[in-house]
Amino acid sequence: MKKERPKHLDLRVIKLPLPGFASILHRISGAGLFLMLPFLLYLFELSLDSELGFAMFKAVVAHPLAKLVLLGLLWAFLHHFCMGIRILLLDLNMGTELLAARTSAKAVMAVSLALTVILGVKLW
Amino acid sequence: MVNKIVVGAHYGLKDWLAQRVTAVVMAAYTLIVAILLLGQENLGYASWRAFMAGGFMRFFTFLFVVCLIWHVWVGVRDIWMDYVTPTGMRLALHVLTLLALVGYLGWAASILWRL
Repeated sequence: MKKERPKHLDLRVIKLPLPGFASILHRISGAGLFLMLPFLLYLFELSLDSELGFAMFKAVVAHPLAKLVLLGLLWAFLHHFCMGIRILLLDLNMGTELLAARTSAKAVMAVSLALTVILGVKLW
Repeated sequence: MVNKIVVGAHYGLKDWLAQRVTAVVMAAYTLIVAILLLGQENLGYASWRAFMAGGFMRFFTFLFVVCLIWHVWVGVRDIWMDYVTPTGMRLALHVLTLLALVGYLGWAASILWRL
């Protein structure tokens, strides 16, 4: 009998396994961080400019919309960070078996989300 | 002995390695800064500036920024190469990304210069 293979890679149809999902989030988080670099540089500059600039920095990051964006960027950074460590370990041939790779992908998702909550609460 | 004939633009291995080296530098910077800062409560302007103005932090922050820009270049270029096929548009996006990143590098350097 002929095997029915998926003859398409339609993202709306195929279901990504968890490591694939974590992987595409690695790309999306990286793209988001890149797009927000000017905002982060602006905040960094403001915070180091002067007493007045520092006060403005505090006012900007206290704005609800800015907080939301920064919380998203915090998650993006943490996910990218954890996923990066996973990739470095895979490069060293650690955790390349199917089960280990799935477990580590799960760990990346869980750790980055948990750290986002913990740091998010601590910083605001 | 197998003589492999390598075809292509030949920057794959270099970029693969660069992505990893820059990632390790940035991860080390992140952990060190996190450890140094998370212990501090209510960081004010004077202590924040003094922290960033130290010789070690200025050196390491500049190194971080250079690694970041390089890392972003490899990553974002890969995104354009994966999803944007028309040559003209891809070239335009590559050039715009590169120009933006060079600008960000100068911006970051000027922030550190003034410390």
